[in-house]
Amino acid sequence: MNDSINLKVNIGGLELKNPVIAASGSFGFGREYSRYFDLNRLGGIAVKGLTPLPRKGNPPPRIAETPSGILNSVGLQNPGVHEFIEKEIPFLRGFDTAIIANASGNTVEEYESMVEILSDADVDAIELNLSCPNVKEGCLSFGSSAKGVNNVVSSVKKYAKKPLIVKLTPNVTDITEIAKAAEDAGADSVSLINTILGMAIDAKTRRPILGNITGGLSGPAVKPIALRMVYQVSKAVKIPVIGMGGISNGTDAIEFLLAGASAVMIGTAGFVNPMAWVETIEGIEAYMALNHVNAVTELIGGLIV
Amino acid sequence: MDTVYKISKAEQLNTDTFLFTINSEKVSKKARAGQIVHVKCGDEDGVLLRRPISICSVDRENGTFDIVFQIRGKGTKILSKYKAGDDIDIMGPLGQGFSLYPKHKKIIVVGGGIGIFPLLQLLKDHPAENKKAILGFRDKSCVILEKEFKQASDKLIITTDDGSYGEKGFVTDILKKELDKEPADMVFFCGPLIMMKLGVGIVKEYDIPCQVSMEQRMGCGIGACLVCVCKTKKGDDWDYTQVCKKGPVFGGDDIIFD
Repeated sequence: MNDSINLKVNIGGLELKNPVIAASGSFGFGREYSRYFDLNRLGGIAVKGLTPLPRKGNPPPRIAETPSGILNSVGLQNPGVHEFIEKEIPFLRGFDTAIIANASGNTVEEYESMVEILSDADVDAIELNLSCPNVKEGCLSFGSSAKGVNNVVSSVKKYAKKPLIVKLTPNVTDITEIAKAAEDAGADSVSLINTILGMAIDAKTRRPILGNITGGLSGPAVKPIALRMVYQVSKAVKIPVIGMGGISNGTDAIEFLLAGASAVMIGTAGFVNPMAWVETIEGIEAYMALNHVNAVTELIGGLIV
Repeated sequence: MDTVYKISKAEQLNTDTFLFTINSEKVSKKARAGQIVHVKCGDEDGVLLRRPISICSVDRENGTFDIVFQIRGKGTKILSKYKAGDDIDIMGPLGQGFSLYPKHKKIIVVGGGIGIFPLLQLLKDHPAENKKAILGFRDKSCVILEKEFKQASDKLIITTDDGSYGEKGFVTDILKKELDKEPADMVFFCGPLIMMKLGVGIVKEYDIPCQVSMEQRMGCGIGACLVCVCKTKKGDDWDYTQVCKKGPVFGGDDIIFD
């Protein structure tokens, strides 16, 4: 690493040594990928979406490949917040990387309780999942209206002792309204985009490919939409924006930073290339060295229009 | 990371099935029968994900392994165009293979269609004295690797759905006949879900343990993304378990076939 290059970013009180975070849902709790690369390299890890109690998730098949993308319908399968605190945090704390706990619930009360529990746990930030498209209750039912987002975020804010990131859905008419509602209610930052609701059909069998019929689209296919939304939201709010959607390499990440993101999350790309996170960090460094950029923060919102 | 290997042989076995011999000291040394490799096909035509393919056989002396696959979609179509000498990007070996117990003297492997491939290395590695293979195909044109399976087993029975080659009928019916003649210590299944479901039911009647190799649409291939799950027993309850990490081979009794 080039010593003169400063990759540090501050996301609403969350200090990251570099702007590359593993996206929630793609990375489990880091154990599997720790055999492929050194987790100390990462700016942060957003862990698998957590709920108050363990969840089994949706019936398989849970993945369908679409042109340059994938649909998934996992449905928040997770061991529950208590097992995460007991078994996964001690493992993750063995690495010098930020732990971001992604939290979901079915009701406002469950969201409150998740934030209260996680605020007392050894995590660095809480990412409020108001955007999972694959569960019937909670999440999207709150996240798809400004009123719903304001309601949940203002309710949990009083329990939050850690930086609060609100993860937004792209499945809305105007994402800037939703982002502003999160900001007004006290969010320290927003992350976007979660997956885009879609479906895939097998013409031969005349059946949907996913067991849950619909799923969330991610991968390179969604990148232009994600970039546009990050650009719009970063103009509309003062709090930092974490960008994601189809990022596979350093150049993709730079594009998101230029659009206004202060950090990026990567998920799907890792399924194809387990080194995607590390290579993205290296790609950002290479771009900075080539363009004589000393601090990565200089790139944020640097789009020339 | 060293995941790119060279294809030393690319052979077409029938209209849509291909065999690659791949040079890899690492995979051939570590691989156990029943494990998979996660193969990058290329990004033509918007293909993104890797494809899980089971290891068919391993040459530990020469540091090579074979995979056999059938064209089933865009990814495997791209893969079928690879030639000897090409590089191929592979993660693996991944997952849990078959458990081979030296105390088992008589084993039977039951395979259907493209599910037969991982059973070949199992037959080669298993120390049993009496190894039977029952392999089912749609018709004569689909029958492949007959010579290899004959060599690796003590008795090979081939069935076809239409009777155009070997015995007419389903492998599960043949399994029943064979078990009536002589019991086995362990039965291994790999093939269509319905075949494995019937098979597990049959061996249960004879009180014989079995192992099944599951298949599911896969994402990361290492257990992180939780997409390739199957339904498994968990005490009195059940759970969704990753095929890529906890499988693809499971105890027949652990799977809930819906």
